[in-house]
Amino acid sequence: MQNIALFLLCAGLLVGCANKPALSLYQQLDGKAGIAKLVDSFIYQIGNDEQVFHYFEHANITHFRDGFISHMCMLFEGPCEYRGDSMIAIHTGMNISEKDFNHVVDLLVNAMNEQNISYNVQNKILSKMAPLRGGIIKI
Amino acid sequence: MYHIKYWSVVAFCLMSLPCVASSGKLLATPGVSQIEGNAGGGIVPWAQLAGYASDDEFSINGFCSRADVTDYTLDVCGAQLNLFNRVEFSYAIQQFDVPAFNAQIEQNISGVKVRLYGDIVYSEWPQLSAGILHKSLDDGSIAQLVGAKSTSGTDFYLAASKLHLGAIAGYNWFWNLTTRYSEANELGLLGYGGESDSTRVLFEGSTALFLSRELAVGVEYRQKANNLNLGEQDWKDVFVAWIPNKYVSITAAYLDLGRIAGANDQTGWYFSVTGYW
Repeated sequence: MQNIALFLLCAGLLVGCANKPALSLYQQLDGKAGIAKLVDSFIYQIGNDEQVFHYFEHANITHFRDGFISHMCMLFEGPCEYRGDSMIAIHTGMNISEKDFNHVVDLLVNAMNEQNISYNVQNKILSKMAPLRGGIIKI
Repeated sequence: MYHIKYWSVVAFCLMSLPCVASSGKLLATPGVSQIEGNAGGGIVPWAQLAGYASDDEFSINGFCSRADVTDYTLDVCGAQLNLFNRVEFSYAIQQFDVPAFNAQIEQNISGVKVRLYGDIVYSEWPQLSAGILHKSLDDGSIAQLVGAKSTSGTDFYLAASKLHLGAIAGYNWFWNLTTRYSEANELGLLGYGGESDSTRVLFEGSTALFLSRELAVGVEYRQKANNLNLGEQDWKDVFVAWIPNKYVSITAAYLDLGRIAGANDQTGWYFSVTGYW
């Protein structure tokens, strides 16, 4: 038991240290240009995917691209304001399964790898986006 | 002509296997296989259910593990069935070699685990599961010889797990805490209960850091009771798990199992392979 407490304490201290990033996620991604490249890779991944492409079949790509870029920019503490529809409004009626949601996460990871985004920055991106899940799946 | 058709059907089935296999969870999030058959770390049951089944899939997994310490060897093979990421059924056969007695002890473990709440990645609070492990010895003569009251028993446990994305300098951090009610002596390999019937509510924990999507390093701790007055001690390990894809995981660990049946300083190595379908 002492050991468990010690592990948790050490891990807690590490979390404390990691909470003072010098650069915002937006800056680490090279600003809007970097986000745009990532979104382009992501769209390419979706376009070539049999499992989830049907969700996007009738989407307006330009609209999706612009919305996704400004949404990410805002989530990553960039100088943007997302004015698009809410996640709930966009995904209602699509009935996206847990499985397909995680598959899209896998595609986003592929896109981040394609853009040579480091593993640590990838995880921070995923942690910013994970809370959106409730407004996306099974509605 | 018939043969061509036949073989093309076989080939198609083989090619489509990866598509049929469940893959609805994120890589590595089911954990690996625990020595009592269910999903966990190596020695601690976790809140995750085995395999990559999401809420509308099922998955079947098989594993084999070996723990080789100073005076003993434990071999385990088992399987799990995950239904809709809600219920996990597991079965494992343990073979414990005791060269000093020139004996082998065999134990069967049937388990059920139910996910009560959450998802280790997405929910605000940790994923919570409750499980039962029913264990019975094939031949209880050694257990009776060392003073155990029974040759079969049932463990009940409650486990909480959480994966924090990018939590430690951008690395994903996992932790699990488990509390277990058990009368088992050395997993039950030395039977259940005994003259001193000490603590029955035990605490266990694991924590790991994902160095990449495929590689995790971590530690585990498992409190043990000392019912037989044989100086049974808590177990510890340090592990590395490699999960290259959603079909296989390989785990290696260094074990410190303390005193087992009168023999001190039982340290050694652990290897485990799980296949997911």
